[in-house]
Amino acid sequence: MNFDKELDARGLNCPLPILRAKKALAEIGSGQVLKILSTDPGSVKDFAAFAKQTGNELLSTAEAGGEFTFFMKKK
Amino acid sequence: MENKKMAIIATKGTLDWAYPPFILASTAAALGYETQIFFTFYGLQLVRKDLSVLKVSPLGNPGMPMKMPFGPKWFKGINWNIPNAIQALVPGYESVATALMKQTIANNGVASIGDLRSLCQEAEVKFIACQMTVELFGFEHSDFIDGLEYGGAATFFEFAGETDICLFI
Repeated sequence: MNFDKELDARGLNCPLPILRAKKALAEIGSGQVLKILSTDPGSVKDFAAFAKQTGNELLSTAEAGGEFTFFMKKK
Repeated sequence: MENKKMAIIATKGTLDWAYPPFILASTAAALGYETQIFFTFYGLQLVRKDLSVLKVSPLGNPGMPMKMPFGPKWFKGINWNIPNAIQALVPGYESVATALMKQTIANNGVASIGDLRSLCQEAEVKFIACQMTVELFGFEHSDFIDGLEYGGAATFFEFAGETDICLFI
């Protein structure tokens, strides 16, 4: 998937992946896509909840070998 | 999500209890909540310039796992069940427990309290310190970080009365 910015939140725990994502989203324009890498298993539910509450669209969630990849489109 | 609001009263002054207010406030701010924390009684320790005053005590705290943040996996898995009577008598027990807790926090990629507090301030979480407790405990405004407002219960209610979420921690 194409993306405009990447955030490496691997090794970080709650709530840092969400806080960093919020910051990274502020640096891209509306309609642009942020790719997020995380190793926090809690971030799967958290990013879904974050998207729902902020209106940014979670395009996809994938897991491979304990690593999670999210693509989020800015509102 | 515009205009949602959250207020927290932070009343505890230990390293472990410093986490919930700052985690919830920074996350609320990231979700678009207008957020305030009212620091009162021991919670004032969370807005001191010097955060080294924050310690964790396993004494009289049966819910706290006592595990080592280093060594092989089997060693880290041991829960050191040390009786209260011994904990109370060993000088420096709390300082050692605090150092071990800080190491565990760093090992797990959990932010430090100083970092979380800065993140809250960057996200414009409003900090209010209880002026009555400042005087009661003999603190000076210069003991605290910049950007604090000082007020009382009425100041808290002015904002709390309009919130969607209001927590006492």
